[in-house]
Amino acid sequence: MPILSYLAYPAAGRQAELKHQLNSLPECTVHAPEAGGGEVLVLVTDTPDEKAEKDLRVRLEGIEDLQCLALVFGHRETDGAAVEGEL
Amino acid sequence: MDLTRRTMIRGMAAQAAMLMAARLVPGVRFSAIAEARPAALQWKKAPCRFCGTGCGVLVGIEGGRAVAVKGDPDSPVNRGLLCVKGYHVVQALYGEDRLQKALVRRDGKFVEVPIQEALDLVASKMKESIEQRGKDSVAVYGSGQWTIPDGYVASKLVKGCIGTNNLEANARLCMASAVTGFLSSFGLDEPMGCYQDIDHGDTFVLWGNNMAEMHPVLFSRILERKQADPRVRIIDLATRSTRTSLAADRSMLFNPQTDLAIANAICQELIAQDRIDQGFMERFVSIHRGKTDIGYGLEDGFSFSDEATPASFEELVEFLADYTPEAVAELSGISAKDIRYLASLYGDPNRNVVSFWCMGVNQHTRGTWMNNLIYNIHLLVGKISRPGNSPFSLTGQPSACGTVREVGTLTHKLPKGVVMNEEHRQKAADIWQVPVENIQPKPTYHTVEMFRALDRGDITFLWVQVTNPMVTMPKLGRYRSGAEKEGRFLVVSDVYPTPTTDVADVVLPSAMWIEREGFYGNSERRTQHFEQMLEPPGEAMSDTWQLIEVARRLGYEKQFPWSEEEHIESIWNEYRRFHAGPKHEMATYEMLRERPGVMWPCPDGKETLWRYNATYDPACEQGPFDFYGKPDHRAWLWLRPYEVPPEVPDDDYPFWLDTGRVLEHWHTGSMTRRVPILHRAMPKAYAELHPDDAARLGVRHGQRVRLTSRRGALELEASVGGRGNPSPGQVFVPFFDEGFLINELTLDAFCPISKQPDYKKCAVRVEKV
Repeated sequence: MPILSYLAYPAAGRQAELKHQLNSLPECTVHAPEAGGGEVLVLVTDTPDEKAEKDLRVRLEGIEDLQCLALVFGHRETDGAAVEGEL
Repeated sequence: MDLTRRTMIRGMAAQAAMLMAARLVPGVRFSAIAEARPAALQWKKAPCRFCGTGCGVLVGIEGGRAVAVKGDPDSPVNRGLLCVKGYHVVQALYGEDRLQKALVRRDGKFVEVPIQEALDLVASKMKESIEQRGKDSVAVYGSGQWTIPDGYVASKLVKGCIGTNNLEANARLCMASAVTGFLSSFGLDEPMGCYQDIDHGDTFVLWGNNMAEMHPVLFSRILERKQADPRVRIIDLATRSTRTSLAADRSMLFNPQTDLAIANAICQELIAQDRIDQGFMERFVSIHRGKTDIGYGLEDGFSFSDEATPASFEELVEFLADYTPEAVAELSGISAKDIRYLASLYGDPNRNVVSFWCMGVNQHTRGTWMNNLIYNIHLLVGKISRPGNSPFSLTGQPSACGTVREVGTLTHKLPKGVVMNEEHRQKAADIWQVPVENIQPKPTYHTVEMFRALDRGDITFLWVQVTNPMVTMPKLGRYRSGAEKEGRFLVVSDVYPTPTTDVADVVLPSAMWIEREGFYGNSERRTQHFEQMLEPPGEAMSDTWQLIEVARRLGYEKQFPWSEEEHIESIWNEYRRFHAGPKHEMATYEMLRERPGVMWPCPDGKETLWRYNATYDPACEQGPFDFYGKPDHRAWLWLRPYEVPPEVPDDDYPFWLDTGRVLEHWHTGSMTRRVPILHRAMPKAYAELHPDDAARLGVRHGQRVRLTSRRGALELEASVGGRGNPSPGQVFVPFFDEGFLINELTLDAFCPISKQPDYKKCAVRVEKV
């Protein structure tokens, strides 16, 4: 049951569209910075198992407005350990 | 893993990424609330339910209940900030006495009935009234708090299907003078600029507009602007000192009604000092004279229409000769030096000037003229339709613009154009699929006259939605007794009991705000969508669907064919057809769902920030400016004189009475007074007196006074040295408190052009009790 967080960098000028697309995925929670806070989103994913997590990654990679996804935090139920700073 | 632990880990994951972002991206900040809340909370966007600013809010939904709210950082209106009402907006959904069942009056008492039975009764009473007394015996009275679909279906039902123009909305009481001001000066309604004018302006002149309390988020933007640039100047022109005055660089208090003379004096001084933009005037402005001595609408059946006569620049100069700073100083109470200072700000080529106004200018027996005069100043110096140079009329309600003005829920209006115009009627008939003969070419009753008609018995069936006229109508005593007369049938749709539901024959429980899907349109031409996030309580139903249910019972299934699931999208798509084209193109449903509001005109998916300026507005046929709303493609500068109000203080009634709002409460308080923290902060109305008047009357703060006008009397506590301070000889009373109905005292005089009443000036006596 992985929980991961990422910094999601949008393609230029596409932050709002990216936010909308990520929010439409049920496994995803998106946090946008306050106005004028720069072009970056925080993405938290919560999936039931490894397979679902991999499937989600494939879908995320297919989003054109997503320029770069950088993993920051990971938690997997099997080892129970949170891993920070994998950027 | 249990939900609590999982929620906590998701929160940790989010916080870790936020911290990382803060390290990597300069200046990035995330909302603290977002970090603290468990990720199980769903955040959904909506415009705030209250004022016309149109702040974006994010509503936190958990377990089918709205449990949190924060400003939407993505909203260009408020950029994450809210005012005290906005931060408590979701609590307004959960008052203990929410109406959940339909009520029908039987033997003088309300009994609960299934809502479908109540809707049957509404439809049958409507039918009966039409059969017995004709189509013009039924009327619908709505609101600037109607969503766009509410107003649209009301217009289609009343004007297109039933075939009467008896459709009005309470925005007549708050924005009608702004509309007629825009139409007479530019030929098209609503501001040319947008809130970004605040970012580009350096001089803000507030005309009778207590922005600090009434539009606090916009005022915060002005203060932020001032903090960033020491050249910024804020001028508060008012009849009463307020929190806005305290924050302003200059506070200038004028005698009621003399704003007309002050505006003309500024124009006179601009010309005398050769500060005008001659090139702009010659190319883009034409000058006109209207009728004068036009009355006040105090008598039933009053009628007036203005007439424009072309005038020359020399005639303008001659007209303004009476308005020297010295002459106007004597009349207005503002010094000649201050009038010259105002002119110097407007005339300074190195300053960008934004004028803001709202009820002080609009609720005025010469409200249209005052709007025209502020435009005159901006036109003379060419400071209009450019970033930071903007005459900007603010609205009071969340969709006074979107619904009442754009959909056109006023007696003379259609969703596009006016009933008097054959082409506009034909367009409406085509879209509505009704015979064009259904749409009557003559307007019937504006709001004051509609309630007079109810009193007289010319209207016998009235359906009120989302408004509380038994608190807000001026000269209230007449209109309440009219509504209570035998033979009148009053239907009221609302979310809480009010003095208006008290006099109803049927009360329909309404779904409120995010308990249904809808759209609002704010002051800067921004349309904002909100989805249904919650189930309404009990049998509460949206106002849109109530109207559709009744329309179908009246036999108009063809015009109202939509399913409950998709009706809002279908209504939007039908409504958009009225505004197709570069001058008013509305955003698509999909765009509105996605974005925190979209400004119209929005041709090809691109918002228009400044209208009439060819750099920004694709509807311009010529550059650099094209005031295409007028046939001569020019803005019209009007010669509008000072005229006295219909009632002035005298020996018997020596005080001016001014009414208005307070920061904590929305309009009549039917929602905000049910939010405990807002109610505790401002529990009751009061009479604000100047300390000198209070001392003369022997009245101390908190003691009771009696206010008496020619129409009624009211006892309430005095406020001396409180948050507001009227000039000597004036008394201010807020109208939010149904326990103290100040409109029993006010006068139902109105601007003859806009038909908007003046709530700011009548004469009263003040006595210690």
